[in-house]
Amino acid sequence: MKIIELSHGGGGAETQQLIQQLFYKYFGNEILLKAEDAAVLSIEGQVAFTTDSFTVSPLFFKGGDIGKLAVVGTVNDLAMVGAEPLYLSCGFMIEEGLPFSSLKKIVQSMAKELLNCGAKIVCGDTKVVPRGAVDQLFINTSGIGQIKSLPNAMPSAHNLQVGDAIIVSRDIGRHGAVILAARESLNLQSDLESDCTVLWPAVKALIEAGIECHALRDATRGGLAALLNEWAETSQVCLEIEEGKIPLCEPVQGLCELLGFDAYDFANEGTFAISLPAEQVATALEVLQQFEFCVNAAEIGRVSDFQPGLVVLQTPWGSQRVLELPKGELLPRIC
Amino acid sequence: MCLSIPSKITHIESATIATVDTMGVQRQVSLDLMAEPVSIGDYVLIHIGFAMTKMDEIAALESLELYQEMIDLMDAESSQTLGV
Amino acid sequence: MRQLKLQDLYQGFRNPQTIQALALQIQQKATQLAQPLRIMEVCGGHTHTIMKYGLNQLLPDNIEFIHGPGCPVCIMPKERIDQAISLAQMDNTILLTLGDMIRVPGSKSNLARERAKGFDIRALYSPVDVLQIAQENPDKKVIFFAIGFETTTPMTVAVIEKALALTLDNLYFHINHVLVPPAVDGILSDAQCQINALIGPSHVSVISGAKIYQPLVDLYQLPIVVSGFEPVDVMQSILMIIQQVIAQQTVGQKATVEIQYSRAVTWEGNQKAQQLINDYLEPRSHFRWRGLGDIPLSGLQLKAEYSAIDAEKVFADQLSNEPIDDHKLCICGDILKGLSKPQDCKVFGRGCDPSRPLGSCMVSSEGACNAYYRYAEVSLPKSRKSSVEKSAKLAKSERVSV
Repeated sequence: MKIIELSHGGGGAETQQLIQQLFYKYFGNEILLKAEDAAVLSIEGQVAFTTDSFTVSPLFFKGGDIGKLAVVGTVNDLAMVGAEPLYLSCGFMIEEGLPFSSLKKIVQSMAKELLNCGAKIVCGDTKVVPRGAVDQLFINTSGIGQIKSLPNAMPSAHNLQVGDAIIVSRDIGRHGAVILAARESLNLQSDLESDCTVLWPAVKALIEAGIECHALRDATRGGLAALLNEWAETSQVCLEIEEGKIPLCEPVQGLCELLGFDAYDFANEGTFAISLPAEQVATALEVLQQFEFCVNAAEIGRVSDFQPGLVVLQTPWGSQRVLELPKGELLPRIC
Repeated sequence: MCLSIPSKITHIESATIATVDTMGVQRQVSLDLMAEPVSIGDYVLIHIGFAMTKMDEIAALESLELYQEMIDLMDAESSQTLGV
Repeated sequence: MRQLKLQDLYQGFRNPQTIQALALQIQQKATQLAQPLRIMEVCGGHTHTIMKYGLNQLLPDNIEFIHGPGCPVCIMPKERIDQAISLAQMDNTILLTLGDMIRVPGSKSNLARERAKGFDIRALYSPVDVLQIAQENPDKKVIFFAIGFETTTPMTVAVIEKALALTLDNLYFHINHVLVPPAVDGILSDAQCQINALIGPSHVSVISGAKIYQPLVDLYQLPIVVSGFEPVDVMQSILMIIQQVIAQQTVGQKATVEIQYSRAVTWEGNQKAQQLINDYLEPRSHFRWRGLGDIPLSGLQLKAEYSAIDAEKVFADQLSNEPIDDHKLCICGDILKGLSKPQDCKVFGRGCDPSRPLGSCMVSSEGACNAYYRYAEVSLPKSRKSSVEKSAKLAKSERVSV
């Protein structure tokens, strides 16, 4: 088949063909292949459950695609509560006319990420909708994970303690910068790649090293600014961040200079922050830096009771300002 | 006013178009407003897709040298007051 | 002399030690000032730098900033935004403009909301794109709503020149380009105006030259320093202003225009760009500035021979020129002249805030009211207040010599 047609979502022969040739072929595992109406699972202990929908455009970008995002995004949400990703569901909403080759590449990309993190897709759904009803392809994934953090030690946005240190796992803003640079109307070229990556191995290593992660969160839409503000608000603490310590790679800086943006507002898909006891920072950084996607992990600030609910940025020369939540759409500044 | 930033010319496509690089992000810009020709390696100030002027590299380096002198002076004075 | 790297042009002018050294010099020299210094930074980009880098926190109490008109978008009077909306609502029309314009409120709506309703309104990064859009949509009227100070004007004109060469018959221009010196004159001419020094817009001067500020110095006898946009630039400019004022106090030296941004600004500016502007545009007798009112010769329009592409003339029957004033409690005009502060305004934070701005000072992120509302200085408890000197000494002891 060359393109996906409405009949592929009809539930009949064409749907079966699509499922067999694509989804079962690349996602196949003993649960999925049972082909029941629902997947039957056995899990011990506490379970984490999350869902996310993915609508990124363009479908393919430097460093990934919508499929990779769909697996990574959900698996990372599980990792952020200290859960090992086990099972995913996957719903595709396909615009008729999508080239089969694109869908195949996306599915292959998902299969590769599943192998990376050890999770399995155990149930799914496929709909094909008329032209214009969705923008090429939307994917929803829900995920189930097994809590691996110690009892009473689950990371939570309610748990930041005054005196904690804040670590960020890598340079910020890559994913948002890549998607922005890909916006055709801006006519920008860059080798910058998205940071889209599975984070569970790093979180697992932190748990195994006995690091007390009071809070863990991956910075997604709204960037580091949204993440820090949500923490400050939820735990009613002040986050005092040293601007000069936040890792930033040159191409993201270049894009920010060109268009007048702040890297704090850009989305990420493989970057996370930790709030942890200050005395554990050195060990935590050592653990993180063994992973290629965390080599420039850094301590960026502290939790205090200075101005509860606010994120305060300190410059290297002693002045400060409040880091706000990003508002509205990201429009290039001309002034 | 008017966000304009320094970028480096990496390629000259024609008399009126060049490619500039800003820390790893490239874009084509118009040279329509430039009175003088540009060369690869020049730093230009760009605004909304146009190069406006060449950066005066000597002036920039002189400024940076002046700042270093100010820093040295500040260090010398604070060493004195600290008795270091 | 060593080779200049691109990062030098960024980080070299953001160097913490340089900023500390300049702050120290400012603090030392400011003690000699006979009167408080009230510096207006005219340009929104400078306001952005001051707020983002917290430069006002490094200055002694006798120096303060009065935030200027902000930017060409936020001084746009409501009736002109309404004109953009009227144009966008015409049949078979594509309205194009530059990014920031999409959000600015008119009397009832803004372009972003109209776009959400289904009108074809696009925010561009560069006006060059209008040519391709016009060529790809021959059956549509394509209108470029052009905004900006002197920095941006030549780019519009370069595109106009190309459009005429390509004989595109479906492309029109609505010109809203404005000029800085008449607006500054409008502010300074008020006898009660408190401003006694200016940090001059410098990307404007890249095009027009620093010479455009000389008449202001001649008339008002105040120092004008044309400053770059990095924090070091602004701090050095403040120091240069202080030095001028001290020279005036001690030996009666007259105020002058000085160029701090020597790496980009010259006295004469970009003459090719100036000529291009003069070929196609001419001054308007009047232009209304939001917050400041009518200012003579402060805006530009297409010359009569280009009426065929002048959207204001071609679509005159769709456009209203009825001036629409801001809320009667809005005191933006006084704030721009340094006569009042945002907190003095009865509606500041009470009905007027960044999500629902009533006046020009709140519209743009660089307007005074917007900046005060969002960047309200975080107050430090006394014991933790780090003076510039303390942090300078600390920084020195921590610094690794390179």
